[in-house]
Amino acid sequence: MRREGTPWRGVGAVFLKELSDHLTGARMFVLEWLVVLTAIAAVYGSIQQIKDATAEDPFLFLRLFTQAREPLPSFASLLSFLVPLVAIGLGFDLVNSEHSRRTLSRILSQPIYRDALLFGKFLAGLATITISLVALWLLVIGLGLLMLGLAPSGEEIARALMMLIVTIFYAGVWLALAMLLSTVFRSPATAALVALGLWLFLTILWPLLSPALADAVGARDITSAEDLLSVLSVRQGFARVSPSALFGEIVSVVLDPSVRSTQQPMLAALGLALIERGAIPGAPLPFLQSVLLVWGQIVGLIAATILLFVAGYVVFQRQEVRA
Amino acid sequence: MNDVVIDAQGLTKRYDGAVAVDDVSFTVARGEIFGLLGPNGAGKTTTILMLLGLTEISAGAARVLGHDPVREPLAVKRRVGYLPDSVGFYDYMSARDNLRYTARLIGFSEQEREARIADALKRVDLAEVAGKSVGTFSRGMRQRLGLAEILMKNVAIAILDEPTSGLDPQATLELLDMIRGLKRDGVSVLLSSHLLDRVQSVCDRVALFQDGRIALIGTVGELGRQVLGGGYAVEVEAQGEGLADKLAQVPGVRTVEATGPDRFRLLADRDVRPDAAAAVVAAGGRLRRLSVEEPSLEAIYTRYFQEHGARHAA
Repeated sequence: MRREGTPWRGVGAVFLKELSDHLTGARMFVLEWLVVLTAIAAVYGSIQQIKDATAEDPFLFLRLFTQAREPLPSFASLLSFLVPLVAIGLGFDLVNSEHSRRTLSRILSQPIYRDALLFGKFLAGLATITISLVALWLLVIGLGLLMLGLAPSGEEIARALMMLIVTIFYAGVWLALAMLLSTVFRSPATAALVALGLWLFLTILWPLLSPALADAVGARDITSAEDLLSVLSVRQGFARVSPSALFGEIVSVVLDPSVRSTQQPMLAALGLALIERGAIPGAPLPFLQSVLLVWGQIVGLIAATILLFVAGYVVFQRQEVRA
Repeated sequence: MNDVVIDAQGLTKRYDGAVAVDDVSFTVARGEIFGLLGPNGAGKTTTILMLLGLTEISAGAARVLGHDPVREPLAVKRRVGYLPDSVGFYDYMSARDNLRYTARLIGFSEQEREARIADALKRVDLAEVAGKSVGTFSRGMRQRLGLAEILMKNVAIAILDEPTSGLDPQATLELLDMIRGLKRDGVSVLLSSHLLDRVQSVCDRVALFQDGRIALIGTVGELGRQVLGGGYAVEVEAQGEGLADKLAQVPGVRTVEATGPDRFRLLADRDVRPDAAAAVVAAGGRLRRLSVEEPSLEAIYTRYFQEHGARHAA
C-alpha cells in the first residue's frame, strides 16, 4: 500500500529552521569555542614541535594534525575526543524537546510526513557540524601556512581534505546516536546522560578494556610473527566496536603516508616494525592506496550512521504523538 | 461532494490490550460545530488523532473531506487545522516567526505567507505583539496564536482539542467568539472539551464520550429530552386566582409545580408557552414572565453518568 506524496515535503523548511536554531543558539557557541580553543592550542603545540625537529620529512605539513606535544594530545586525537561531544550536544534533545515543548503534534498536523522532521533535523545538525569543522580546518591550515612558512603540497591538501570528510562522517555517527537516544528517552536529561555515558565508555574505557576481552577470546602463545599478528587483529576487531577506534585508524593511515598497515601503529607501540616483502620500509604510500587501506573503516562509519539513523527513524515512526 | 466533512465509522483504538476508543461512529456536516464531550481519558483526543492520521486506527474507518487519513494523510492535513490540547510553540521565536515556520511547512509562497500571517494575527488580536517572543505570552494568547495558525492555513475543518481549558472566563469568551467566527467563514469545527456550560453555547451537536464509547449523540435539546426524560420545562410567573388549576388544564402539560408565590413550573410534552399565556389571560391573571428552560448540558451529563454509574474522572 503506497502512501500519497513524498517524504521529502517540508525537509527544507525543517532544515532551515533547525540550522538557524543551531547557529544562533548559545549551546553551539560554547561547544564551538571549546573545540576551537583546544584545537588551536594543540596545533600551536605541534607547530613548536615541528620547528624543533630537524629531520627531513616530505609530509611535514600533515604533522600539523598528528604531532602531539605534552600535555596536549594531537589535533587528530583531540577531534576524535571532542567531535562526539559536539554531536551529542547538538543531538540529545532534537526529538524529545518537541515533545516537552508540546510542538510535535502541531507540527505533525501540517501536511508533512514524520520523515521530513527527522531528516531535516539530522541534516541540519550535520550541516552545523560541517560548517564548524570546515572553519576549523581552514583555521588550522592557515595557522600552519603562517607559522611554518611552508606551503602544503597537493597531496597533503588531498589527505587533509580526506581527514575533514572522514571527521564529518564520524560526527554523523554520534549525531545519529544522540538523535536515536533523544527519540527513545522522553527526558532530554536522560538522553544526554546516556549519550555522554556511551561517549566516555567508547572513547576512554573501551580502548582499555577491549584488549583484555580480545585476549580472553583469542589468547594463544606467541611463538611467531604470525601469532602476534593474529592476536593483534583480534584485538583490533574488538577495538573497532568503538567508532573512535575506526576514526583513529583512518586518520593514522590517511595523514601518514608511511603507514602501510592499520596494525602498524600498534606494532610501533610494541617497538616493532612491519616489513612487507618487496617493500621499502618507510616509503610513502600513494594517496589513493592509503584511502583504499582504510576504505572498510570509512564504509563502517557511514554504515554505523545509517544503522543508528534507521533505528531512530523506526522508533520515531512507531511512537505515539501524545505526550 | 456531499455535505458530510467528517465520517467516522466504528473507529477503534487499542493500545496493547487496553481499548482507548471503542467503536465510535459519528459524522460532522459542513459548517457545523460538533462537540466531543466527556471526562478526561474518555478517548476524545485519541479519536481526534485518528482522524488526523497521527495515530493508527486499529479498526473501523474514517473519511475526512472524502480522504482516508491513513492512506492520504497529506491531503487530509492540508485542509484540516489542528489546535492540540495546551498547544506549544517555540518560545524563543516570535509569534510571527512561529507562524512563518508553519507556513513554510504548509508550502505557501513568500508573498502569500506574509499576507496570510498578518491577516490571521489581526483576526486573533495579536497583531501588536507579533514580534514578541512567544515565551512572554499568556496561555490565552498561545491558544489564540494556535487559532491564528488555523486561520492562516485556510482550512475546511478546524479540530480544537480542549481549546478553553485553563483559560480565564474573559479569555474563554473571546476564544468561543473566535470559534463562532470560524463557523461564519463556513469552516466545520470539531471541538473536544470537558467544560460543558461553555461549550454548550457554541455547539450545534454534541457527542458524549464515556470510557471510549459514544454514550449519547445529538443536539443539546435532543439529549435533554432523552436523558432528563421530560420534554419542556416552562416557567410561568403570573398573578391571579387559581392559576395552577387553569395551567394544569392546558393540553400537553403533565405537572404543575408552584415554585414560589405566583410562580409555577410546568412540565410539558411540547412548548406550551402560547397556550399557557392564553390560559393565564383567560383566567384574568396578570402575566409577568414566561420562559422555556433549555436543558443544560451539565444537568444532562451529571444525570447520565449518575444513572450509568460511570467513573467520573472530569
